[in-house]
Amino acid sequence: MVVHVKYFASLRDRLGRAGDELETVAGLTVADVWAALHSATPLPPNTLVAVNLEYAELTQSVRDGDEVAFFPPVTGG
Amino acid sequence: MHIELRDQPFQPLAELAMYQAGLDERLAGQYGAAAIFIGTMRDFNDGDTVRRMTLEHYPGMTERQLQRLVETAFRDWPLLDALVMHRVGTVHPNDPIVLVAVWSVHRAAAFAACRFIMEALKSTAPFWKREETVTGSRWVEHNTAGFLESAPPD
Repeated sequence: MVVHVKYFASLRDRLGRAGDELETVAGLTVADVWAALHSATPLPPNTLVAVNLEYAELTQSVRDGDEVAFFPPVTGG
Repeated sequence: MHIELRDQPFQPLAELAMYQAGLDERLAGQYGAAAIFIGTMRDFNDGDTVRRMTLEHYPGMTERQLQRLVETAFRDWPLLDALVMHRVGTVHPNDPIVLVAVWSVHRAAAFAACRFIMEALKSTAPFWKREETVTGSRWVEHNTAGFLESAPPD
């Protein structure tokens, strides 16, 4: 399956790119997606996660075609 | 209900007057309270002078989250209408960043819902600020304490 991954703000700067396309086997969680792409970089504490534009937990399962986003705490308003 | 992101400077009071004129065609005489919050960019933060700021967001998710939290406010309080506008892009000191306005029959619901929308926006809408100071640029890492932190409900 394919997962579309996005990064925002300071996390994007730290990783040096705005996203990744991950081709992988089925049955991964959000945490697995991060680990598959960044085996040498632990997920920074306080990172927020969204799947298909909705907040999600790291334990949420990911399906083919999902958009998974990782980003730091939000600071709008 | 109207929710809008703006990538150019906007005038909240002019927007508000325009919106309320339209609202009055439907609701004149029905509302007794409008509560309004306007957030404006400061020229200082954490002891430094800030020259300008970039507001990044997550297109698609931002609109969806704002829609959801305004719908939550409509569910929890007897509101007649609501207007939310938020800047994205480059913002300069004294530029308005956010406008939240709600209309209700009485002030209790108007105050509470306006505050709820603003606080929920601050903690859940995917916006990020990057400040340009005299020494370089930096991401704002966290919000200042608001109502939710300083005086939790019930």
